[in-house]
Amino acid sequence: MEKTWNNKAWFMVLPVLVLVAFSAVIPLMTVVNYSVQDTFGGNQFFWAGAEWFEEMLHSDRFWAAMGRNLIFSAIILAIQIPLGIFIALNMPRKGWGVPVCLVLMALPLLIPWNVVGTIWQVFGRIDIGLLGYTLHALGFDYNYVNDPFDAWVTVIVMDVWHWTSLVVLLCYAGLVSIPDAFYQAAKIDGASRWAVFRYIQLPKMQRVLLIAVLLRFMDSFMIYTEPFVVTGGGPGNSTTFLSIDLVKMAVGQFDLGPAAAMSIIYFLIVLLLSWVFYTVMTNYDVEK
Amino acid sequence: MAGTRQAVADADKDKMMRDAVTSTGVVHSGAPDEALARRMRRRGEESRFWWVVPTLYIIFLMLPIYWLINMSFKSNQEILGTFSLWPQNPTLRNYGVIFTDPSWYKGYINSIIYVVMNTVISIAVALPAAYAFSRYRFLGDKHLFFWLLTNRMAPPAVFALPFFQLYSAFGLIDTHIAVALAHCLFNVPLAVWILEGFMSGVPKEIDETAYIDGYSFPRFFVKIFVPLIASGIGVAAFFCFMFSWVELLIARTLTTTDAKPIAAIMTRTVSASGMDWGVLAAAGVLTIIPGALVIWFVRNYIAKGFALGRV
Repeated sequence: MEKTWNNKAWFMVLPVLVLVAFSAVIPLMTVVNYSVQDTFGGNQFFWAGAEWFEEMLHSDRFWAAMGRNLIFSAIILAIQIPLGIFIALNMPRKGWGVPVCLVLMALPLLIPWNVVGTIWQVFGRIDIGLLGYTLHALGFDYNYVNDPFDAWVTVIVMDVWHWTSLVVLLCYAGLVSIPDAFYQAAKIDGASRWAVFRYIQLPKMQRVLLIAVLLRFMDSFMIYTEPFVVTGGGPGNSTTFLSIDLVKMAVGQFDLGPAAAMSIIYFLIVLLLSWVFYTVMTNYDVEK
Repeated sequence: MAGTRQAVADADKDKMMRDAVTSTGVVHSGAPDEALARRMRRRGEESRFWWVVPTLYIIFLMLPIYWLINMSFKSNQEILGTFSLWPQNPTLRNYGVIFTDPSWYKGYINSIIYVVMNTVISIAVALPAAYAFSRYRFLGDKHLFFWLLTNRMAPPAVFALPFFQLYSAFGLIDTHIAVALAHCLFNVPLAVWILEGFMSGVPKEIDETAYIDGYSFPRFFVKIFVPLIASGIGVAAFFCFMFSWVELLIARTLTTTDAKPIAAIMTRTVSASGMDWGVLAAAGVLTIIPGALVIWFVRNYIAKGFALGRV
């Protein structure tokens, strides 16, 4: 829609601006402050310049957490996106099945994140959890508390359980917007099931898929609560992702300088990703 | 927004196409075409086994939740002693503990207080802003809109420590308003984006007609515009509620005792006699209930809400 130029609109935006400035800009400035200073306790601060940033960028701990997080995000995307598309394609389009599917599939999305963690912590335990107990009874040596591999599997399955529905619902929203005429034309042309998917359904889902990929990447990149509840970052450091490491450093060890430098680097990466998200959205709107 | 206009145009085109198809069908041969159309309509369910995939997926989703509910009706001895797929001696003791012990049920009250505060604040400030973004161009509007998004995407871990210091400086630690304000970090941008999406779907002619009819802006906004986007406000409020309800890290950092949310209380169920699994499970089940209660009303908007109103 054509928008009129009106700078008075600023007054309508002002409350949002003030509120978000209070809850975002001031804290961020504090972080910036800490990232360039050093303190030996008390209220004495010394200029440290880029020291903390250099330290962070050369720290194995940071890159290890970053690496783990990137691998985690890659696995999550590789599982959730195809699985989500597959399930969306098989969902009913009409009748009583639609609301039932939507409601039941959306349920995990609305569960508090720490309860998601608790659910899986219990579910995977070999003494009282259905999953752990069953796997053990079947002879698998499954124990997410001691075995890093099992911990990873648990965290990934948990995330698939928690978030695949989002991909399903987004893809489904894209699919139902395809008019019947497209399918009729395909049928008349004798298109195969694959051709229908490749040339009708996939292009129509392109936009929602982009949103799904970006959202899933962002959220998995800043995952904290669920793995923290299940594994606490362990065993060892094997499931210590960026957010968990950051909180450990800032609140646990009170290493303000390095933690602040890490926050800034982390935030810049997220900023870049947000920019990609925003550009994709606006370009899509303009193109069409 | 251009996207909405596009969607409208698409819908028009769709309708035209649909009309074209049906009219040719009538001209040529009615009956076989109808059969074809019916077959086509069942495209997703072509085989009789279309329900297998959704059913398997839903079973996968429901099993862990069922297990939690199952555990919440068992006594601790039964949880730890025998392995059973359903409670052998169903008990309500776990729920009884939560509803009688203030340190438990206060957690729910605290959570609900700050979540409601946050929802009200977020929607109240987001409404005018979303209207401005959907109707006007102004200096720096795109940058502002983008900046809001970055806050929605910002990792809470980055903000945990500075929030603690900021609210300490104001003496707000362990108050409900502190958590409510802190959650505005991601909920205000969310509300603005969702509401903007809904508002852009309302044609601008409605505003113009109202002004010509002599409505003042506030009166138009409250009497005409808000009812028009009532579903949008409902969806935005629901998502503000939800995202504040599920957040733990910031809420836990900013509270110690008086405003401690249920999510944080759940993390300390370790008592002298070991973990109180039954109570933990019951507390978990109770936190799922708000989402489960309203899910039916928002089922068609869930994708929209998570995609910030862009679907």
